[in-house]
This record gives sequence, structure tokens and C-alpha cells, in this order.
Amino acid sequence: MHGFANPARFLRIARWLMPLCMGAGFVVAFGALGWGLFFGPAERLQGETVRIVYLHVPAAWLGMAGWMGIAAASFMELVWRHPLAGIAARACAVPGAVFTAVCLITGSLWGRPAWGTWWVWDGRLTSMLVLLFLYFGWMALSQASEASDGGRNRAPAIFGLVGAVNIPIIHYSVIWWNSQHQAPSITVGKSAMAGAFLWPLLLAMLGFTLLFAGCVLARMRAILANQQAEARLRRKALGAAY
Amino acid sequence: MREALDAWTFVAAAYAVGIGATLAMTLWSLLSMQRAEKRRDDARKR
Repeated sequence: MHGFANPARFLRIARWLMPLCMGAGFVVAFGALGWGLFFGPAERLQGETVRIVYLHVPAAWLGMAGWMGIAAASFMELVWRHPLAGIAARACAVPGAVFTAVCLITGSLWGRPAWGTWWVWDGRLTSMLVLLFLYFGWMALSQASEASDGGRNRAPAIFGLVGAVNIPIIHYSVIWWNSQHQAPSITVGKSAMAGAFLWPLLLAMLGFTLLFAGCVLARMRAILANQQAEARLRRKALGAAY
Repeated sequence: MREALDAWTFVAAAYAVGIGATLAMTLWSLLSMQRAEKRRDDARKR
């Protein structure tokens, strides 16, 4: 991991990895969505609405993965002072928040025909909404830190680590508390889903994860380039002053 | 009286939101990256 601490080395890798992730992500994600939407079967009880699963589950996974990325980068920033860690955390925030919002909206659109309601204040839905608010809070804190002292403040990193407490709460909410939301259908090495639903779902998860990675790499390149432009302009301004 | 719900309306709405948000986020990431890298290159040339 420390090998990537050099921004020049990171940029060399990101220049070919980002388009690869985005291209492969588009093909796999939209292929899986097409498979699930046009060729997959309807479910015995839920009917056609089961097709929302191919968007809802990848969005839920990436909403949580985005915060796990922020927490891991925050840990690296606090412990090892990794120069790219803060940039990686900032790059994860918007894609993570977008997928969390997509998860909440698609879940609501699924809940209306399946449960007869758009929303219930149960553990899973509420903890996912809390995650969206955590993203908003983290982005506001990160921007304030960037504006006040150029991002040297460690408050966003501490917030990122503390906020990670919500991730196991989201995951276990359907086990710990009575919930309208179903229990996990896929666990490590086991699935309660039939193959006709499982394979397009796994492909969609892979495709959206690649797209997410591509977006994070593009955001990291953007943040790095802005920082380099700022540094160069500041040096020139100082050189002109003396 | 129970209202009749067309499942496909909800499926279409979910796909419109999900695909629209994904495309918008990808496009925004790419455009902001291109803008930032152009800004850095311009700063180097000055």
C-alpha cells in the first residue's frame, strides 16, 4: 500500500486502470441489468418487481463499501500519514452517497408494491438513511477542513472512523430487530436465491463495483490535479512577490 | 377498495433513477477530472 504513496506512481497506474474499470463496468453492469430485466424470470410471490433487486442490492453494497473506503483511508491517514489517503477518502464520498440515495429510492419503489408502503421506520431503512446523512455531514466537514487549512485537519478522518460503526448496524439490523425488510439472501458461501436471479445479480454487483472504482479513480485524479495546480500557482505568486 | 398497482411502473421508475444517477455520476467524475487536469496543465505552461 505504501508503494502507492507516491502520487506520480499512482497517476501512472490510474491512467490505464480508470478507463479499464469504467469500460468493463459499463459492459458488465448494463449487460447484467439487461439480462435481469428482459430475460430473467418473474418471482413467484413478488412478480415483476423482483427485477428491482439488480439495482437495489448493488447500490446498497456500494453505499456501504463507499463508507468502508472512507474508514480504511481515514485509518491510513491517521496512522501512517499516507499522502493519498485523504484524497481517496474524499473521492469515495460522492459515489458512496449517490449509491446510498439510489438504494433508498429503489427500495422505496420496491416497498410500495411489495409491502404496501413507501417507507417504514425499521432498523434497516433507518440505518441506511443515517448513512446518507453521515455522507452529507462528512462532505460538509471535509470541505470546511479543506477551506480552512488546506485539508491538514484530521477531523474528517476521525469522523470517517467513528461513522463506520453504522456499517455493522446496517448489516445486522434485520437480524437484531424485527424488520419489514427481509433477512440476508446471500451470505459467504451460501445463497437462498435461485440461480436465475443470483447470476445476473452477482454480475450486476461486479459491474457496478467496477464503475464505482472507475469513478473513485477519476475523482482522485481530479483532486490531485487541482491540488497540483493550486501549489504551482501559489509558488508562482510567491516567486513574483519576492 | 384495493388500488391496482402496475409492477412495471415501479420497475421502470427504479431503473430510470438507478441508471440516470449512475450515468450522471460517471459523467460528472470524468468531466471534473478533465477540467482539473487541464487547469493543472495550464498552470504548468504559464
